Amino acid sequence: MNLNAIQIILVIIVAFLAGMEGILDEFQFHQPVVACTLIGLVTGQLIPCLMLGGSLQMIALGWANVGAAVAPDAALASIASAIILVLGGQGKAGISSAIALAIPLAVAGLLLTIIARTIATAIVHLMDAAAAEGSFGKVDMWHVIAICMQGVRIAIPAALILAIGAGPVKGLLAQMPTWLTGGLSVGGGMVVAVGYAMVINMIATREVWPFFAIGFVLATIQQLTLLGLGAIGLSLALIYLSLSKQGGSGSNGGNGNSGSGTGDQVGDIIDNY
Amino acid sequence: MADNKIELTKKDRLHVWWRSTFIQGSWNYERMQNGGWAYTMIPALKKLYTTKEDRAAALKRHLEFFNTHPYLASPIIGVTLALEEDRANGAPIDDVAIQGVKVGMMGPLAGIGDPVFWFTVRPILGAIAASLAISGNILGPLIYFFGWNLIRMAFTWYTQEFGYRAGSRISEDMSGGLLQDVTKGASILGMFILGSLINRWVVVKFLPVVSTVKLQKGAYIDWNNLHGMKGVQTALTQQAAGLSLTSNKVTTLQNNLDALIPGLAGLGITLICMWLLKKGVSPIVQILGLFVIGVVLHVIGLM
Repeated sequence: MNLNAIQIILVIIVAFLAGMEGILDEFQFHQPVVACTLIGLVTGQLIPCLMLGGSLQMIALGWANVGAAVAPDAALASIASAIILVLGGQGKAGISSAIALAIPLAVAGLLLTIIARTIATAIVHLMDAAAAEGSFGKVDMWHVIAICMQGVRIAIPAALILAIGAGPVKGLLAQMPTWLTGGLSVGGGMVVAVGYAMVINMIATREVWPFFAIGFVLATIQQLTLLGLGAIGLSLALIYLSLSKQGGSGSNGGNGNSGSGTGDQVGDIIDNY
Repeated sequence: MADNKIELTKKDRLHVWWRSTFIQGSWNYERMQNGGWAYTMIPALKKLYTTKEDRAAALKRHLEFFNTHPYLASPIIGVTLALEEDRANGAPIDDVAIQGVKVGMMGPLAGIGDPVFWFTVRPILGAIAASLAISGNILGPLIYFFGWNLIRMAFTWYTQEFGYRAGSRISEDMSGGLLQDVTKGASILGMFILGSLINRWVVVKFLPVVSTVKLQKGAYIDWNNLHGMKGVQTALTQQAAGLSLTSNKVTTLQNNLDALIPGLAGLGITLICMWLLKKGVSPIVQILGLFVIGVVLHVIGLM
């Protein structure tokens, strides 16, 4: 089925919103049940797209970005499969093949996510430059540009699918080399180390390194949740603070009593005796 | 100091709250949510600092590494707002204290946000919405969209206010040395959490097989002698009893490293990155380099 100009523009706007939300994760425009329905709404195929969204939502229930790990791209999967469903013109009958396409699309979307997040790294350096000038306006501007880039990340593939049609997209997906996607996800697992290295360089002192070691070793116990680790860390900090205070007052008292300041209580008693 | 104290009004805090919606907008591999964090703080910084130098320093301070669950950032934003407010009014709160508070809180709070929002609330709401949508009921997406955003917005506003009040209490007690304690405590907690996050979130997995040992009979499930559903039951029982699924015991390089201490490779990468940073190698170069290394190691089958 063919879309008119207004419908095409609306589809691209919905794709843009979903792309933004793919990174923001706030309004949830990128979740299949919302995104597919919106595509259905603007193309006049509400019910089939709504049902596609429901089915995809079931698959994507547990997809989440945790830490720095990225889940399959729900935004691209929802938008692209809904567009393909609409273009295919089979209505409800086309839902199952649209779903079959959605999964490889979601994985292919990871590649775009990695590219976007790498470009964002460069944008943040422009923010650094703006910060050096003390310019709030420019920091705001670069942040908004970064958000828009995420929108474009989905809007461009959506426009491409509209332009070339559903069939060739299938062929294209089949040719994505697995060595590249696999390798990039290996790299993605490691790059977070750079961020941690920067923070450590900032707050580390000789005094606090042991706590780093304790945290690292305790984290190997998989049963400990991050919340549990947080509680241990907080307790250690509180214990350290109170002990360092007691140590201070203790040595003062020691100087007053014995003059030796050895901190050896038995020794002090013998001296006084 | 008490005469002309600059204070953040509710309007300022609402403004910050709205901006926190976009905290992940410039999520990047180098400092993650830092751009969004600075963007979020700007309405407050604008009010608190007027000279160009102060503003530049404040922006720089808030463009440091930050990453947590986007909604659980709100209580941290609240505490930071209170600390910044007192700093602007002359309290001796330094950059390390602010960064320490942020880093110390971000890990554990992400640990709350991920299971609560991503793995409990969203799947439940999603399952309800999906089952309605599959049957063609338009209420599905409506319930999902409005339900989710109501929960999210209420949560982020109230936790931000909670953090703000808690943060104010920390810095009220100036004479008691509470602030110095918070500074030191925060950097201790920060280092502790960094240690654990490196172990948990830097993912390195070596694939090469070090050894393949043929297991003795009886140590593995003998699939050839199992038949039908009864066989499946036997197999499952045997697996639960600790029997191996295959007749060979395969040990990978990763198994060997894990026997030493899990996460050692991730720690090694982090230490190398720290050293490279000190040598002046730009983080972008390091990130691109790690991606290239990742692809190469994957292609040669090492990872």
